[in-house]
Amino acid sequence: MRRAYFKNNWVAALMVAPQLIIVFTFFYFPTSQALYWAFTLEQPWGGGNTWVGFDNFAAILGDAYYWDSIWVSIVYAIGSTALAVIMALTLAIFADRQLAGYKLYRVGMIWPYAIAAPAVGLAFRFIFTPGAGLMMFINQMFPDLWNPVDNGTQAMGMVIVAGAWKQVAYNFIFFLAGLQSIPRSLIEAGAMDGARVLRRMRDIQLPLLAPTFFFVLVINITDSFTDSFGIVDTMTAGGPSRATDLMVYKIFNDGFQGLDYSGAAAQSIILMLLVIALTFVQFRYIERKVHYT
Amino acid sequence: MNKSYPALAALALAFCATTASADKIKFDYWYGLSGDLGETLAETCNRFNASQDKYEAVCTGYDGYELVVQSAIAAFRAGKAPALLQSFDAGTADLMMSGQFYAVTQMMKDYNIEINWADYFPGIANYYASSKGELFSMPFNSSTAMMYYNTDDLAAVNMPAPTTWAEFDATLKALKAKNPEKCSYGYEPSVWVDLEQYSSINNVPLATNNNGYDGMDTQYVYNTTSAVKHMEDIKGWLDAGLAEMKVSAGGMNSQEAFSQNICSFFFGSIANHSSLNLKHADNLHWEVAMIPSETAERHNSVVGGASLWVLAGKSEDEYRGVAEYLKFISTPESIKFWVSNTGYIPVTKSAFDALTAEGFYAAAPFKGRETAIASLTATEPGPLNRGFRLGSMIQHRAEWLSEVQAALAGQKTVQEAYDTSVERGNALLEKFAKTYAGKTLP
Repeated sequence: MRRAYFKNNWVAALMVAPQLIIVFTFFYFPTSQALYWAFTLEQPWGGGNTWVGFDNFAAILGDAYYWDSIWVSIVYAIGSTALAVIMALTLAIFADRQLAGYKLYRVGMIWPYAIAAPAVGLAFRFIFTPGAGLMMFINQMFPDLWNPVDNGTQAMGMVIVAGAWKQVAYNFIFFLAGLQSIPRSLIEAGAMDGARVLRRMRDIQLPLLAPTFFFVLVINITDSFTDSFGIVDTMTAGGPSRATDLMVYKIFNDGFQGLDYSGAAAQSIILMLLVIALTFVQFRYIERKVHYT
Repeated sequence: MNKSYPALAALALAFCATTASADKIKFDYWYGLSGDLGETLAETCNRFNASQDKYEAVCTGYDGYELVVQSAIAAFRAGKAPALLQSFDAGTADLMMSGQFYAVTQMMKDYNIEINWADYFPGIANYYASSKGELFSMPFNSSTAMMYYNTDDLAAVNMPAPTTWAEFDATLKALKAKNPEKCSYGYEPSVWVDLEQYSSINNVPLATNNNGYDGMDTQYVYNTTSAVKHMEDIKGWLDAGLAEMKVSAGGMNSQEAFSQNICSFFFGSIANHSSLNLKHADNLHWEVAMIPSETAERHNSVVGGASLWVLAGKSEDEYRGVAEYLKFISTPESIKFWVSNTGYIPVTKSAFDALTAEGFYAAAPFKGRETAIASLTATEPGPLNRGFRLGSMIQHRAEWLSEVQAALAGQKTVQEAYDTSVERGNALLEKFAKTYAGKTLP
């Protein structure tokens, strides 16, 4: 195989520079600052900080409520990812079957991704309000069945649905693209051999979709850990009694509202390590089952 | 060619406009009020700018106090902070410890502007003053917590507005007996009302060191005071159906429930007086009164809202502009403009007296707001009623809310919830003291 390369390395460096500068300015530089703050007690208005070693981490990891927060984040990540993937896959399969109006769906399904998380949270807050609309109807049939104000499990379910709904659009695009890249001849051959729709889906489409599936999984898990605080903030503010206090929301609360920069920085580092570890696990153990064609 | 004339003219005009305003010395002012209140604040800037040919206030609004303080900190670290910042009660301790401000009393003295500091209500001024009584920031939009009640509902059970919690309890029971279908008390957990105001009004400590004023080694103690019993009473009312939870997560908060004539009682800031006036159900008749106390002997409530901080590191010209602006908003006309367009209360005795004398508080829509002043000045503030000088207050408020939610949902007792909240609050105070190790409260 022949390799293309630049004879003049300066030109290459110049081409790569803008991207590298962006990555360094907006990722590596803030991360290094957070890492430094995590080991100090930082005064918000400047004026000095004290080196405290691992004190911040010890305080956080010694806090039983923080472990609850980790657990809640994992439940949210698994719940919203599973829901988003299943919904997106179902919709993509229908769109791919070219049912009536599928072109409209293809465009319309993409829109939810463009809606900001707090707006999604606000919309779903109205949908899930116990005192109005559908939920009031359900509450009238079964008194006090739905009450996310007191019931932490229901509040969590509500946040998961809102988070998943936002993610469906993104997943849909990838699943649809994946399905459309499967050669028609394979499916037609299956059909001629007498395989019905569900059988073709199980034996042909889903296995060939595995690489897409893996990609979507990694992105969704990461996204649900890092990009969920807007929804939580507008829907539950972490409550009731910490039932939806996701790690990223706690960082936002402690750092941006409470001005506890050091504590929030240490939590960011823990969250970053957790996401790195999860991604590693996914590549190490799940990707082995994926066959790229 | 003709086509470019209007463009050229516009350019020339724009140039003239910029040179005209460039003659004025500008200073930045960031504030956290939004919505109607934010617009009224922007209007005070316009009024100031119209009255000035030397200085210009460049006012920028943010959506909330947390956001404006956060943005100001980021800007301050980058050397681009505003000269004047509106910061809320809970942000006071951090600003005081940082020392990155120019005390308003000092600034006014340096720029030879006469302000009668004794004229400020002590209940308001003490919150923003050092332990020695020197005022650090300019009291501005001030409020306190009040009790709003439905006059028709109380007349129906033939009861006056309750002044003690025992009377409040009796009123709730009478209301429920009269009309079991109606929500008597729309409750929304509020650390400001249920704990902070309660402690001040009933003269019980929230924390040691006179609520933090006397030192950094402070500990919360409210799990040992009558505040626990008060919270147990609230839980009792909720459990007995005498009160109902009305929070945004459930679709309607306590103010909406009151204004739509769904609940008979609502506890909230006096600043809500204005919004309730503007928006309420047609069949709702309401009044406002002081929050009940445990016994007939009550103390002053604590001021809420925000004050204006002059930040360090700006030029002398800018400070002179800020001083002019602060002088401008302290004039009786400016105070009247502010309080009549918002629900806030006047911060000086003379402005309050002048407004009372001209009958401002005699008729709707401002009638009733004077009770907020009565509440703030019920007594001379003692060591337990000056306010709170506590670090990490926002996080403590979040801890309190989580624990109270757990107690109200029946996961633990109120005493257990308060014990946990105090313990976690103390850890926050300890960390705050460590962050500022070696420094003392001014």
